Amino acid sequence: MSRKALDYDQINENVKKAQYAVRGELYLRASELQKEGKKIIFTNVGNPHALGQKPLTFPRQVVALCQAPFLLDDPNVGLVFPADAIAKAKLYLSYTAGGLGAYSDSRGLPGIRKEVAEFIGRRDGYPSDPELIYLTDGASKGVMQILQTVIRGNGDGILVPVPQYPLYSAAISLFGGALVPYYLEETANWGLDINNLRQSVADARFKGITVRAMVIINPGNPTGQCLSVENLQQILRFCHQENLVLLGDEVYQQNVYQDERPFISSRKVLFDMGPPISKELQLISFHTVSKGFLGECGQRGGYFEMTNIPPQTVDEIYKVASISLSPNVPGQIFMGVMVSPPKPGDISYDRFIRESKGILESLRKRAHMMTDGFNSCKNVVCNFTEGAMYSFPQIKLPPKAIEAAKSAGKVPDVFYCLKLLEATGISTVPGSGFGQKEGVFHLRTTILPAEEDMPAIMASFKKFNDAFMDQYEDHRGYSRM
Amino acid sequence: MRKFVLHRAKSIITKATASLFNPHHHTHPSSSSSSEYYYYYTRTLNRFFTPLDSFTSMASHNSTPPLTVESLNPKVLKCEYAVRGEIVSLAQKLQQDLQANPGSHPFEEILYCNIGNPQSLGQQPITFFREVLALCDHPTILDKSETQGLFSADSIERAWQILDQIPGRATGAYSHSQGIKGLRDTIAAGIEARDGFPADPNDIFLTDGASPAVHMMMQLLIRSEKDGIFCPIPQYPLYSASIALHGGTLVPYYLDEATGWGLEVSELKKQLETARQNGITVRALVVINPGNPTGQVLAEENQRDIVEFCKKEGLVLLADEVYQENIYAPDKQFHSFKKVSRSMGYGDKDIPLVSFQSVSKGYHGECGKRGGYMEVTGFSPEVREQIYKVASVNLCSNISGQILASLVMSPPKVGDESYDSYSAERDGILQSLARRAKTLEDALNSLEGVSCNRAEGAMYLFPRIRLPNKAIKEAEAAKKAPDAYYASCLLNATGVVVVPGSGFGQVPGTWHFRCTILPQEEKIPAIVSRLTEFHKKFMDEFRD
Repeated sequence: MSRKALDYDQINENVKKAQYAVRGELYLRASELQKEGKKIIFTNVGNPHALGQKPLTFPRQVVALCQAPFLLDDPNVGLVFPADAIAKAKLYLSYTAGGLGAYSDSRGLPGIRKEVAEFIGRRDGYPSDPELIYLTDGASKGVMQILQTVIRGNGDGILVPVPQYPLYSAAISLFGGALVPYYLEETANWGLDINNLRQSVADARFKGITVRAMVIINPGNPTGQCLSVENLQQILRFCHQENLVLLGDEVYQQNVYQDERPFISSRKVLFDMGPPISKELQLISFHTVSKGFLGECGQRGGYFEMTNIPPQTVDEIYKVASISLSPNVPGQIFMGVMVSPPKPGDISYDRFIRESKGILESLRKRAHMMTDGFNSCKNVVCNFTEGAMYSFPQIKLPPKAIEAAKSAGKVPDVFYCLKLLEATGISTVPGSGFGQKEGVFHLRTTILPAEEDMPAIMASFKKFNDAFMDQYEDHRGYSRM
Repeated sequence: MRKFVLHRAKSIITKATASLFNPHHHTHPSSSSSSEYYYYYTRTLNRFFTPLDSFTSMASHNSTPPLTVESLNPKVLKCEYAVRGEIVSLAQKLQQDLQANPGSHPFEEILYCNIGNPQSLGQQPITFFREVLALCDHPTILDKSETQGLFSADSIERAWQILDQIPGRATGAYSHSQGIKGLRDTIAAGIEARDGFPADPNDIFLTDGASPAVHMMMQLLIRSEKDGIFCPIPQYPLYSASIALHGGTLVPYYLDEATGWGLEVSELKKQLETARQNGITVRALVVINPGNPTGQVLAEENQRDIVEFCKKEGLVLLADEVYQENIYAPDKQFHSFKKVSRSMGYGDKDIPLVSFQSVSKGYHGECGKRGGYMEVTGFSPEVREQIYKVASVNLCSNISGQILASLVMSPPKVGDESYDSYSAERDGILQSLARRAKTLEDALNSLEGVSCNRAEGAMYLFPRIRLPNKAIKEAEAAKKAPDAYYASCLLNATGVVVVPGSGFGQVPGTWHFRCTILPQEEKIPAIVSRLTEFHKKFMDEFRD
């Protein structure tokens, strides 16, 4: 045997092709620097607790009690846990046969799925069917399950916004499909232009690609925009006409920092439009416990809800879910608490509201501090972060900087971000990891550093950026263009 | 390389053209990849011949919606997973009946012996593990004096230790994609203590249970249906399902029932030869030790032969060792494949080896936590980086499961406050499992036409049932595999859920079922008598 099974050229090409920038070169370099003792501000991943956000008390109390059910019989349990957390833990344990230690139904515990359905019903004003809700280990797992089901081969295309969250590009590569990009319009506050969409589909079809599905991320990641009702209607009509299943990534639905365009779900807009489209358009929406005010990334809890998906297809999705046995049960409990939080009058209600409001209000302030900070920098422009957890400023790199990047063998925005990291310890993700128009450069930061640290971080960014621009800005350089 | 690509492109075109001129070709169920290319090719042709159809946006308005079962990924349609298949749907239906109309069936409850899910059948969790998990989930109570009245002192201490290993003590944050470094250190130390050979924390990838780790390896190894993965028959259907999902070919090797489900290298050689003759490149060998569903524990000598075989044939050894704590035969001992290969003098460079471990099995049986890890050795740095990348797309495995995986690999030690309660709980569970295995095995062996190898390890019995011809004919009439027919009769008569052997694979013409040994001990006598009574009636009805 001259070739070993695991020689690099012997492994699955789709695996090699997949890219996942959020944990790529910049992240690895940042981790190295951290090991060397440098203080790193990780703004590369939407990971609030890693940056000091405290978990909400009530959900943690409930899950801790579910983990240690023997405490429920202890006469002293009330000294450490409030009565409503105890009652909630008992309720959730009654949903399971075997507590947190048993595999649940592969779709998730029926009791929790019912709570999720009720939450969706309250949110949208249209009832939801628990049988069409599947709980998952975070939303990413759900997205991957669905893409695996949709993609048959490299002739199948998935419409994805650019810039996009790299989960989509990576998963599409892994399953051997084709990513069909549609560009968001930066000058229109990252709006979605339906004509761009039509063009993308036409281009893909010309290449022989069958476009099967369209992804929207609302509020946007990395772009932070909130879609308007009119825009969502256009998208739904477009998917209906073009026979696409719409995959609605709505994990940031609680993270909205302006009041003109509150979050509205694709599902609500669809049902408001009425038949025939409301009975025909196929929609799958995703949600998670990792974002919002909970920010419980480490728990890996999420769900997807299917609308107008035929029963046989639902069965196939069930089968694939069952191969992984069940989503983790603590994550399911977090999902339950997220969709059915304490009510007015409950002992923990005031505290829950205080904590969750505190987080969202602070995020709103930070969104302003960050975008204002970027816009005060030389050659940097940044749309306001209307929602989600990220700012995505455009960095207008001078030609000399681009040349310097080339001679260092780096993509220009990677070059910039590495310099930023070395100078300030701020770990960002270069725009090239999300996709951007040719010749335009960005970076993504989260808005998650603590509010009190924010002024210093933005000052340190400005100091670096303006010095960088001074170093590489050369008016003769521009005149040559 | 370029030549290879050219060759591949040519063969695609040839295949596609063949499909075009042979209208039956693309509907043949076994040629899914050709039909895919056919589809792609005709679409490509269509855009030349019927441009209007492809370019006007209204054209597709009348076609069927995108997610119909006909238009799903054929690999998804193809895979099967018997442990949660038809028989479980029937069980759920019966359970609903019982809830709605108590007394509507000749039994009061459904006994799920289909799945290794101990806590769903009443097994209690290990107290110490749960104390630590609860404290890590709600660390703000660690400082309270009242907490000392509720939790053992060493669980509080351990929770502090673990929190200090987590950056920012943030159990709600995504971790490193391989898992929290400090926990991997603990696990590596546990492996070292088990094997007597060093383990590197950078070789550990923590996963949401062992299943995602298996998927990850299949995704990495399988390039097309020409790539084969060696699997034992009978096998745990995760493997067949995962291989189908990733578009590879399962290459079977049969375990020998007559020698207690022995794994013979001569059989491996024979099957490898056959696979190669069929143009299959065999990439890896799956060994499940202790066996699922077959319960055998491999002898060290046998393991050496397997290691030697993999090394000689250039195969990756995928060692499913999730039942390593579940050993019931006093004359048997678990040896990890890593230990065996290291003791043969084979180091990291000599053999690529992946060992899978889970928190779901063992004495702890924490299935709902979805914790597990794989230890990956003998892979080049470039390939390792690819595994890291795939792991990072899912960000990380759940933290609670990660903490539990570290606890399982470093339980309380002699002298710790919780040691006595921990070891009493552990031994109680393992001893009870051994008794249950023996009782069920004896009962099965006393049935007419049934023979059952001993469960040396794992959580299952896999008896062979010699079904009368009349029963086989009856099954055919009901369009069921004979063992599936038997299993559904058993369920309808007794409420006991088992999985038909056909879900795991078996020598053609033989029939089996898999039954877990997990129902609580006090229920075993009732199961035995119900099973015995049912089997007697069944045989009376169908005996030739």
